[in-house]
Amino acid sequence: MTKTIYSIGFRIFSLYLMLYALPNAAQSLKPDAKKTIIVQKGFDVITIVPSLGRARHITVDSNGTIYVRMNEYNIDGKGIVVLKDTDGDGRADIINSFGDFTGTGIALYKNYLYASSDSVVYRFPLTATGIDASKLDTIVNGLPYNPQHGSKNIVIAPDGKLYVNIGAPSNACQEVDRTKGSKGMDPCPLLETYGGIWQFDANKLNQKQSDGIRYASGLRNCVAMDWDILTKHLYALPHGRDQLNTLYPEFYSNEQNAELPSEELFQITKGTSYGWPYCYFDHLQNKKLLSPEYGGDSKITGRCDTMPKPIIAFPGHWAPNDLLFYHGNMFPEKYKHGVFIAFHGSWNRAPLKQGGYFVAFVPMKDGKPTGTWEVFAEGFAGGKEITSPNDAKHRPMGLAEGPDGSLYISDSVAGTIYRIIYVNK
Amino acid sequence: MYKSLIVITTCLILIISYQSLNAETVSSNIITGVHPGKVVYETYCLTCHQADGYGVPGLNPPIVKTEWVLGDKNRLINIVLKGLNTPINVNGQTYRNPMPSHAFLTDVEIANVLTYVRSNFGNKASAITTAEVQTVRAAK
Repeated sequence: MTKTIYSIGFRIFSLYLMLYALPNAAQSLKPDAKKTIIVQKGFDVITIVPSLGRARHITVDSNGTIYVRMNEYNIDGKGIVVLKDTDGDGRADIINSFGDFTGTGIALYKNYLYASSDSVVYRFPLTATGIDASKLDTIVNGLPYNPQHGSKNIVIAPDGKLYVNIGAPSNACQEVDRTKGSKGMDPCPLLETYGGIWQFDANKLNQKQSDGIRYASGLRNCVAMDWDILTKHLYALPHGRDQLNTLYPEFYSNEQNAELPSEELFQITKGTSYGWPYCYFDHLQNKKLLSPEYGGDSKITGRCDTMPKPIIAFPGHWAPNDLLFYHGNMFPEKYKHGVFIAFHGSWNRAPLKQGGYFVAFVPMKDGKPTGTWEVFAEGFAGGKEITSPNDAKHRPMGLAEGPDGSLYISDSVAGTIYRIIYVNK
Repeated sequence: MYKSLIVITTCLILIISYQSLNAETVSSNIITGVHPGKVVYETYCLTCHQADGYGVPGLNPPIVKTEWVLGDKNRLINIVLKGLNTPINVNGQTYRNPMPSHAFLTDVEIANVLTYVRSNFGNKASAITTAEVQTVRAAK
């Protein structure tokens, strides 16, 4: 009798598994019949949702629920969108939104969802039934706001340290920003409060900027940051400065400006300065060079000799907007512990054709690239060549890894959310 | 005969040179058919406002079909002279990058580039004269 009950119980359990557990497995995911973006061989694309609005960073919890940060309010006037897939095909069936502020940063830590505006970091508790939007904690308040490079995107390390990007409201710290003939300020006073990454305590309420530590400096605007659990380091890929050719046509041609300065990926060490605004990296010469605002001429290294070099450099103006260290089990071995980069795409390569607008991959080991970068997903913008950023139909913006190892990509133009899965065919 | 030919040719060259030097909106570029304002646009404006005039979403505003360009001439001239350091709303979208002052351009160059912008990229608005730029510059 007991055995029979046990047996029936087991069968019900099996039935439960078939009905509920299996739809979440990769086998029942339904990839798009026609791929809207181009991915590496063996991968498929699922369009989770086609158009949420101006999406920024994203994160995915252990149940596969997706949280999307909005730069402008969505159609319901909210700043965070929650996407759930109930039937297991990979597409969002339930779309909710909450949060009365817009911004870029979003992260999960313990039982909270953290989200930032351009001056405040907040958090909401996660309950058994979802987010409790009525309980809003302020973690860091009164961060300096400036429209240029205003994103206060965030990363939270497993030890509870909260890292906040405070971008510099300037191109190259000239006395008059972006103005031909205006000198670079030396020292650059903006570095006191901007142009770096500040560290706070994710568990402590109502901190001010002065309660945090300037963890790293000389970083113009690090929209792309991630913490690597393996090397236990923060990594960042700041946006390099603009307009070498228009401000200094005597030193830089349009062709040189299109390639320079390099976009630099750094392994961030506490207390280090990475060079902005005094220095920039030239991957063609493999040198950290003196900025023209500080006496540089496209060749002189000057004080930049001792500045840290990037662990890998990319051509100029591609606008790295997110980094993701991939530790999942779904993708082939070469992707394990490597880094994905969302390149939002350039505008400052004009009059030459633009670059970026794709997701790149760099294989990594022990904090160093083991090979060169490659394009992992492209075709977001629509056309083969992009001359003007306004032509781009989609631009890769945020990255996240799902519990099964899927890669999620957000788009800042239409707000399409993509899921990339490995299907081995 | 030969002598008079030389005189005529010299006169012609002189007349052409004189016209090139003095013309306001018509420079020596008339020979190549390029609008003089286009040259200024490509040198100082194109990087941010782009070849198609549509700018960069969220950063640099479009100069196409907007009141900022087609409307009040004085306001437009002032933006070129003084720049803009606050976010600007154009056709419902916000643009965050600052625009630097271009007061270093001559009145002729500003008149040329604004005339070019107001009559290209699908825009159809009247020309801006050097005198108008002079007046706004003097008033600041």
